[in-house]
Amino acid sequence: MKRRSLPYLLIAPAVIFLVVLFFIPLVQTIALAFETKSGLGIGNFARMADDLNFHDSLVNTFRFVGLAVPLQLAAAMGMAMMLRHLGRGRDLVLWIWTIPLGLSDLAAGLVWLALLNDRGYLASLLYALGVVSEPQSWLTYETPIALFVAVVIAEFWRATAIVVVILVAGLQLVPKEFGEAASVFGASPWRIFTRVTLPLMKPSIQSALILRTVLAFEAFAVVIAIGGRNFPVLVSEAYTWQNFNQEPSVAAAYAVVVMVLSLAATVLWLKLLRTPEEQRA
Amino acid sequence: MKRRSVLALSGALLAGALAANPARAADLIFTSGALAPVTEAQKMRTVILKDFKSPVTFLPDEPPAMLTRLRAEVEGKARVSSLVGGNDGDLAVLAASGALVPIDDVAQQLASRGFAPDLMTMGKLGTDKQLYIPWMQATYFMVANKKALPYLPAGADINALTFEQLRQWGEAVQKATGKRLVGFPAGPNGLMHRFFQGFLLPSYTGGVVSTFKSADAEKAWTEFAALWKTVTPNSTSINFMQESLLSDDVWIGFDHVARLLGALEKRPDDFVAFPAPAGPKGRGWMPVVVGLGVLKDAPDPAGAKALIGYLTQDSTQLITAREVGFFPTVKATLPPDLSPGLKMAVAAIQGTGAAKDSLAAMLPGGLGPKGGEFNKVFIDTFQRVVLRNEPAHDVLARQAEVLQRIMTEANAPCWKPDPVGAGACQVK
Repeated sequence: MKRRSLPYLLIAPAVIFLVVLFFIPLVQTIALAFETKSGLGIGNFARMADDLNFHDSLVNTFRFVGLAVPLQLAAAMGMAMMLRHLGRGRDLVLWIWTIPLGLSDLAAGLVWLALLNDRGYLASLLYALGVVSEPQSWLTYETPIALFVAVVIAEFWRATAIVVVILVAGLQLVPKEFGEAASVFGASPWRIFTRVTLPLMKPSIQSALILRTVLAFEAFAVVIAIGGRNFPVLVSEAYTWQNFNQEPSVAAAYAVVVMVLSLAATVLWLKLLRTPEEQRA
Repeated sequence: MKRRSVLALSGALLAGALAANPARAADLIFTSGALAPVTEAQKMRTVILKDFKSPVTFLPDEPPAMLTRLRAEVEGKARVSSLVGGNDGDLAVLAASGALVPIDDVAQQLASRGFAPDLMTMGKLGTDKQLYIPWMQATYFMVANKKALPYLPAGADINALTFEQLRQWGEAVQKATGKRLVGFPAGPNGLMHRFFQGFLLPSYTGGVVSTFKSADAEKAWTEFAALWKTVTPNSTSINFMQESLLSDDVWIGFDHVARLLGALEKRPDDFVAFPAPAGPKGRGWMPVVVGLGVLKDAPDPAGAKALIGYLTQDSTQLITAREVGFFPTVKATLPPDLSPGLKMAVAAIQGTGAAKDSLAAMLPGGLGPKGGEFNKVFIDTFQRVVLRNEPAHDVLARQAEVLQRIMTEANAPCWKPDPVGAGACQVK
């Protein structure tokens, strides 16, 4: 009896934690989103979709995810491969690369704001070098492209490290012998990478993509620090509706949209990058 | 034996943790939506509340967060706060949800303090019961860097500017410096909506809600869009004008006194303060009232009432004016030894109220929880007409529908300068 209940006892804390802090709020949020004065309905979603900033925030979110995630994956892949060929100093390089992971989102956003705003370090440097004749504003509603690029750069700097860590771990599981065998048969390094390494990395690429896509859909602190109201995304609109407009139900509708998008992205990556049963380790 | 000592140890640890909690259970908890900036909160704790007879924990927060916190206290049935301070609109939200208790006894007891009668009426929030006691008041005005003064349009009196002259001034500064140096606090935490509700629209239309889509309102928005061409594009990130004034990003800026005072205090010789401009219908301006209310089921209602008495006595009101730049609601003469910055602020505020064409526009009232949405109507109109250059006529027609829905749902009667009457305020 005691032995049979032991596993349940051991997972109980985690289950209670998840139920109390994730599952119950999730159900409450969904209920709130569909609750209107005249019973259940999609009234809150209609108000959300009718709002001035909904279209912008949706487009901005997709642009952001669509640019930041592939960039991060490509860069992280390159960084992981570089690490593989480093002998001494590998740990030091990895350690330096992962420093941004230790920083809070908001702090990272503020650091980039200090660098990029019109009196920031970059503007001052360009001014001192005589490249620009007076401080330039890049982060305003009049310069949407520069603003977008700045947000992507900040997010790229902040969150690429997590992809690197996952890919490095995945790469360590790929035996070097496979590459050596391919090279004996005359395969070029690029061919080895695309035909041997990359397919074997599929499971870790999948994990990295799921994690990054979901987190990019939820991007908030970096975006709000740099873009403020000039660059609305779905999560910042949820914040605005809750905090400034004092309408928790429309905020909940936004939260549900973000959740659905995240789930859809996860399913998409699971299907697209499926590793067949017989290939699993 | 062993188990018991473990128990005793964890009990001691728990007690220690509880005692270390900054909001000690024995203190009177004063939650506030006013004086949230760190420096102001610090002055509140170390100077203003210092001489009250018992310890007070002052918990200030930005108004939306303050409302969310109090809602959590009510819904979580964990009443902690006894006294709440906030501006008229936020206290109206609390009163609408039944979170404030009537305090007519306090009003009677403090009658000899000489509160301004119209402020006391506002404290009833449209009911026949006193729901809050006016604590401090303030308003908005403009501050200019002295470097901008040479570009004032010919014949313009800085203390009696019109919107037309402000535009010409901004243009002249832009022509001379190549930079747009007029500023408005249109950032996410800025108070831009109050500019539309209390200054621009009353000045052009003589109303706010009833005249929302009138031809006068169209003119107001169109001319403001023209003025905006001289406004720094950083305005949509400005929350506190004093920072932009001090960094020279803005030479001519509009904001709430509490968000300008920092610049006036720090460099009084570099700035001038003056009333906001006037339009065809007068010099619209919005008096701001911050009130004190006692929360329902408060842990310490008697302490809360005593603290109201303390905060509204002459000496505390004067200290409050000196320390945080909010002005007395009771009859108290300001001392002559005010700092130069504060003196400028007082002169600008008094100049606004005493102007010949002065047109006071009250804070939106009776909207209850719809206050946030009401503000959004003005910010959305601003975004569409001014930032995205959509035609004012169409935008106003569309936003007027939203505004009417909000007024009808809240069943909020008009407030001054709209014609005051019974029933939900109507957009004409």
